[in-house]
Amino acid sequence: MKAVELVHVDQKFPNMSYKALDDVSLKIEQGEFVTILGSSGCGKTTLIKMINRLYQPDKGEIRLFDEEISKKDPVQLRRKIGYVIQQIGLFPHMTVYENIATIPRILKWDKTKIEEKVQEMLHLVGLEPKEYRNRYPAQLSGGQQQRIGLARALICDPDIMLLDEPFGAIDAINREKLQNELKSIHSKSKKTYLFVTHDIREAFKLGTRVIVMNRGKILQYDTPEEIRQNPADGFVSDLIQTMEDAPGTGNEEL
Amino acid sequence: MEKIVDYFSTHTDEYFMLLGQHIGISILTTAIAILIAVPLGVLCSKKAMIQKVFERFFGLLRIVPSLAILMICLPILGTGIKPAVVALVILAVPPILMNTTQAFLHLPAATIEAATAMGMGKARIFFRVKLPLAFPLMYAGIRTAIVEVIASATLASYIGAGGLGNIIFTGLGLMRVDLLYIGGGSVAILSLLTGFVMDRIYQSATKYQRI
Ligand SMILES: Nc1ncnc2c1ncn2[C@@H]1O[C@H](COP(=O)(O)OP(=O)(O)OP(=O)(O)O)[C@@H](O)[C@H]1O
Ligand SMILES: [Mg+2]
Repeated sequence: MKAVELVHVDQKFPNMSYKALDDVSLKIEQGEFVTILGSSGCGKTTLIKMINRLYQPDKGEIRLFDEEISKKDPVQLRRKIGYVIQQIGLFPHMTVYENIATIPRILKWDKTKIEEKVQEMLHLVGLEPKEYRNRYPAQLSGGQQQRIGLARALICDPDIMLLDEPFGAIDAINREKLQNELKSIHSKSKKTYLFVTHDIREAFKLGTRVIVMNRGKILQYDTPEEIRQNPADGFVSDLIQTMEDAPGTGNEEL
Repeated sequence: MEKIVDYFSTHTDEYFMLLGQHIGISILTTAIAILIAVPLGVLCSKKAMIQKVFERFFGLLRIVPSLAILMICLPILGTGIKPAVVALVILAVPPILMNTTQAFLHLPAATIEAATAMGMGKARIFFRVKLPLAFPLMYAGIRTAIVEVIASATLASYIGAGGLGNIIFTGLGLMRVDLLYIGGGSVAILSLLTGFVMDRIYQSATKYQRI
């Protein structure tokens, strides 16, 4: 069974010379960790937002676990999909605790269970619960806010996780830690992850498969080794070149 | 000065009755204005056309002096509290309406998107996210409105709606300056005090913004 399937999906926005998604077809097996690379404006966020129905495709079909999503109730659908939004989007009027506990509270989890889970999530993203749980987002650094966003998305253990540059504002050391943490959460959970990043090293390290996009098209979708050995075209090989040209810095940005 | 003290000792009951009326009419008016202006403001934030229409309409009404509105209402609604409330509501709606519209127009898009993506329903997003985030600006509008209403409710006494204005109009009729001081002073103090209390509530309700 495919966890995610896009069939000839098109998306055009007004005043654009190219389509944000241009006849995109894609199959993702359950349990994959798919990373998405591509230059700014190539449609990565658009692709992600198709999956939780924040955008409605102009053309084509999207299926999750063999079910066409346009026929499902979007609210129920989204509760099974974790989403770390590129702009973080925490609730400024709620504490860290309330932010993370939002969906569990809506789902009426038991209070002690929520308490335990929030603690666990905070530990997971490397923030001491005692110190951070009662803070407001305005009292956190950008990187800390991003980590709360991650905790908020992970708490319900969703079937599909959509992560849009979740570590963009995090320093190299903490980023490394979080990458490892996320990788281990993923391998324990057997859930399906889609992870957008500009960091090629991050994409190749985390991804069981990597998508390379340009101007609304998927240029290549394959395992990291395969992409490295057989880049589909000039764009992809240039991309890999940038990583191999600068070994060790770990921060190649597209 | 003596006269003022004298007034308070002989007219205590009357004074507090008028004060009560004044506060009552102000609260009633503001409450009605909120009930009208908040839903209307939310609507205006969604449709630019509607926003234009209502802003023009209330902008025009605002130019007409409250006293004139009172007089226009008189033949239709008679004397007493009704025309006074209508006139004061017309005065109170614009600041609340405009601020509500602006508040809902400038909600943080990423936060709303995150809420949607998490699987919060429309109603939940409205009450748990949009409304609290719009609150500070809306509240500032309500504060402006209530202070204006308290000051203008004085006029309402002129057409028999009661309130602290009674003291002023009596003072004018009898040419007694002491009564003008008492009436005018009370209204001013009530306004200031209300403004102060409203500000304190604002501070504690928006603490999260300033830490
Ligand atoms: N809601 C929208 N309305 C209009 N145009 C949009 C909208 N969302 C995206 N676009 C356009 O679609 C294109 C793809 O945008 P998208 O956000 O998917 O890019 P991206 O690959 O995520 O880029 P980045 O790496 O900068 O986040 C861009 O040209 C963008 O301007
Ligand atoms: Mg993006």
